[in-house]
Amino acid sequence: MSTLVDLVWLIPAFPLAGVLILMALGRRLGEPRAGWLATAMMGGSFIATVLVFIGLVGHEGDEREIVVTLFEWVPAGKLAVDIGFLADPLSITMALFVTGVGALIHLYSIGYMHGDEGFSKFFIYLNLFAFSMLMLVLGDNLLLTFLGWEGVGACSYLLISFWFTDEANASAGKKAFVTNRVGDWGFLVAMLLAFLTFGSLQYGEIFFDLEQNGVAASTASAIVVLLLVGAAGKSAQFPLHIWLPDAMAGPTPVSALIHAATMVTAGVYLLTRMNPIIAASHDWVPDLIMWVGLGTALMAATIAVAQNDIKKVLAYSTVSQLGFMFVAVGSGAYVAAIFHMVTHAFFKALLFLGAGSVIHGMDGDQDIRRYGGLARLLPITSMTFVAGWLAIAGVPPFSGFWSKDEILAYAYGENKVLWLLLLITAILTAFYMTRLVLMTFFGSPRWVSGDDHAEGDEEADTETDEDALPHRHPHESPWTMTVPLVLLAGLAMVAGVSNLPFTSDVHFLGNWLKPSLFGNEGHLSFGGGTQWVLAIVAIIGSLGGVSAGAAVYIRRRIDPARIEHPFLARAWRVDEAVTNFMGGPGRRAFERTTQFDEQVVDGAVNATGTLVRRAGTKLRSSQTGLVRSYALGIAIGAVALLVWFITRAGF
Amino acid sequence: METAVFIVCAAIVLAGALGVVLARNAVHAALSLVGTLFGMAVLFLNLEAHFLAAVQIIVYAGAIVVLFLFVIMLLGVDRLEDLSVEPITGQRVLAAIVGLGTFGLAVVFLLTSDIGARSVGTLTRDITDIGQYSNLRQIADVLFTDYVYAFEATAALLTISVVGAVVMSRRMARGDEAQEAAEDD
Amino acid sequence: MVTASWYLILAAALFTIGAVGLLVRRNPLIMFMCVELMLNAVNLTFITFGRELGDIGGQVSVFFVLVVAAAEVVVGLAIVVAINRRRPQATADDLSALRG
Repeated sequence: MSTLVDLVWLIPAFPLAGVLILMALGRRLGEPRAGWLATAMMGGSFIATVLVFIGLVGHEGDEREIVVTLFEWVPAGKLAVDIGFLADPLSITMALFVTGVGALIHLYSIGYMHGDEGFSKFFIYLNLFAFSMLMLVLGDNLLLTFLGWEGVGACSYLLISFWFTDEANASAGKKAFVTNRVGDWGFLVAMLLAFLTFGSLQYGEIFFDLEQNGVAASTASAIVVLLLVGAAGKSAQFPLHIWLPDAMAGPTPVSALIHAATMVTAGVYLLTRMNPIIAASHDWVPDLIMWVGLGTALMAATIAVAQNDIKKVLAYSTVSQLGFMFVAVGSGAYVAAIFHMVTHAFFKALLFLGAGSVIHGMDGDQDIRRYGGLARLLPITSMTFVAGWLAIAGVPPFSGFWSKDEILAYAYGENKVLWLLLLITAILTAFYMTRLVLMTFFGSPRWVSGDDHAEGDEEADTETDEDALPHRHPHESPWTMTVPLVLLAGLAMVAGVSNLPFTSDVHFLGNWLKPSLFGNEGHLSFGGGTQWVLAIVAIIGSLGGVSAGAAVYIRRRIDPARIEHPFLARAWRVDEAVTNFMGGPGRRAFERTTQFDEQVVDGAVNATGTLVRRAGTKLRSSQTGLVRSYALGIAIGAVALLVWFITRAGF
Repeated sequence: METAVFIVCAAIVLAGALGVVLARNAVHAALSLVGTLFGMAVLFLNLEAHFLAAVQIIVYAGAIVVLFLFVIMLLGVDRLEDLSVEPITGQRVLAAIVGLGTFGLAVVFLLTSDIGARSVGTLTRDITDIGQYSNLRQIADVLFTDYVYAFEATAALLTISVVGAVVMSRRMARGDEAQEAAEDD
Repeated sequence: MVTASWYLILAAALFTIGAVGLLVRRNPLIMFMCVELMLNAVNLTFITFGRELGDIGGQVSVFFVLVVAAAEVVVGLAIVVAINRRRPQATADDLSALRG
């Protein structure tokens, strides 16, 4: 049966075509045509995704799992891997927001990267990233997902250190790369273990085998824990979260696309995709996922309170929100995890793009202590940013409220302590976002408009206090940057409609995702009344967080310095701990290894070299340079082979 | 009839081949090669490979050998090769051993196995019967379906080899040539 | 009746003559002709086996061998011309610049 779903290969094909065209012609196209081409490719990919979505809706509920195989990739005996795409509700949901948000961010980048030397190179990387991400999401087997997984990692590395001439950016890229490697190791081992256990890497076959033959709980647990290591690396969960805040060194659209909306959710996607194996593992495994998520969420939220770099606040906020998703996965609320992933993609991309617009307007300054009063000067940016703020703070009816409330409800069903801690995290979220918004857009300016002070006056004015403040020329961004902001703001406001909790009929996303979850979705153990109470508590919590932020940062009831503790500002000293460990015992171990390397390994290598050199001196006389002697050698070899064949054949 | 044709053609083929190897003059060798190629084409006809028989004449005898003759003319290779001396010690002896080894082993292999025992074309279905298509049609069917990538690759190969030949046989600028000649000596 | 082995023995003989010629002759042009002889011998086996097994693939392989042989002759003769321009009348034995 041929349907629109067969077009699924087009989704990654568009960005791939963009990469190839831009690699060949990027420089010749130049600015801004290279950007428009890349954006058009993402737009095409989005349209293809919508078509596939329509095709998938046309199928019956339980037939919404379609594998489109393009060709055999690795036909190696028992290990047969195809290049095939799995179009099911989960992957298409992911693909929809990856391509949709991706296209908007591509459009935004045309404005943001204006005048950059590497303009076309930037769009090659962005398109390559989109291609890898779509392979990750749409691949119908673990190996293809791994391919995309590594691809997005490589693109992330390339884009974090995009302005690599600055050493800090280059080392931030390296840090992300190395930290991710730890996670990738987990994924790789999990993949091999899954192949050993189930005899296949294809999702469909793994789950079929699991259903038919079952699996030992300990094996399943091992696979899931290893996958969790991989997911924690990619999705920046404790203790592998340290790379994400540093990743903010990249251009802001990159932070929005890769480090907020799409790539970092890959871990959540992977765990959701493997839900039957989680269901088959020991009970402590989901609990582990849950507590890792909770710990990360709470820790990152406290850190975000004390950050002064606008992008760092958003980065820790992302880490925290990803923690929410892990809690959801751990408590079996896969739908809530994906729901929060989607709404988070909208509002966090919006917030990052808004931050980028502010940075753009403030001549590249990222410190919120030197912002203030920008609402008047950047009207569109500030309006849309406020929408994103209300969404992430969990104020109804903005999208963040619905998804966060659902996670909180499941957490309550799982464990009351967990719920309480998660609620505190949510309140903190509202608090630090309020702080960010108030310090950026409201209050009195902590900068001076550059126009008021002609250059000649500078010397005379340095005496006054006001001139200690930096000179800025805030301005609203071009339309290529504001249009994505407005669209994302709209989405951040209404995306909650996709999964309303009132009756099971309006639980659209939940019903849609059912075929991908094989009935492993958890169920709330309590009635609607409790849910209402929980929702009201959550609303009070978020409003409380917002008003607490307002109290501190507008009314100055409490000195902000007492809240922004240095311990928090330095991110709980996790980085220092890692550095100290690696610098102390780690370093000694490395020195030992170096010694071993120099004496034993290098010794062996050098001995080999000497041996080869001596043998070569002896053997060089056999190289006569006479082509006919060489031909004779070949002929003798051919005859010898013939003899060997004949004797082997049994004559 | 087939036997007679085979014997005559085999004699022509082997005589031509010996001519190539033994002729002292390169032009004679090229002409002997033509004889071998013609005999081979007739053998192809005997084996019902009609298309290849035609290609053999057109490409090999028509194009390749003519190319050889052109190069011989271009270079004026009129010095005869002295076949009575062999500068490399043991080359001829070893060559003879290798030749005997190749031929002997191939014959031994053929005679002891059953691949050659049956009459040609009796093992399985006759090619010419498959759907009553012509030989050309059959080749085309396979060539443009199963082997289409290889076919396209040969197109690239030919283009590249033509470009390569042009680049290599191009005359260098006078200065360069003089310089290189100086380096040689 | 001619059996397949007749053809195969003829091909073996032709191949042997070509191989020995390649080893014995010093004129690069004639060495090329010997290579052509060997290729022809292989073509004959391809067609014979293709005929015997009822598989058109044998003839297709010969087609590709012909194409590659043509390309090889073109490049090879270009090399011969290029060498002769710098060292007229050079034989294969004179070109031993790669001696170890």
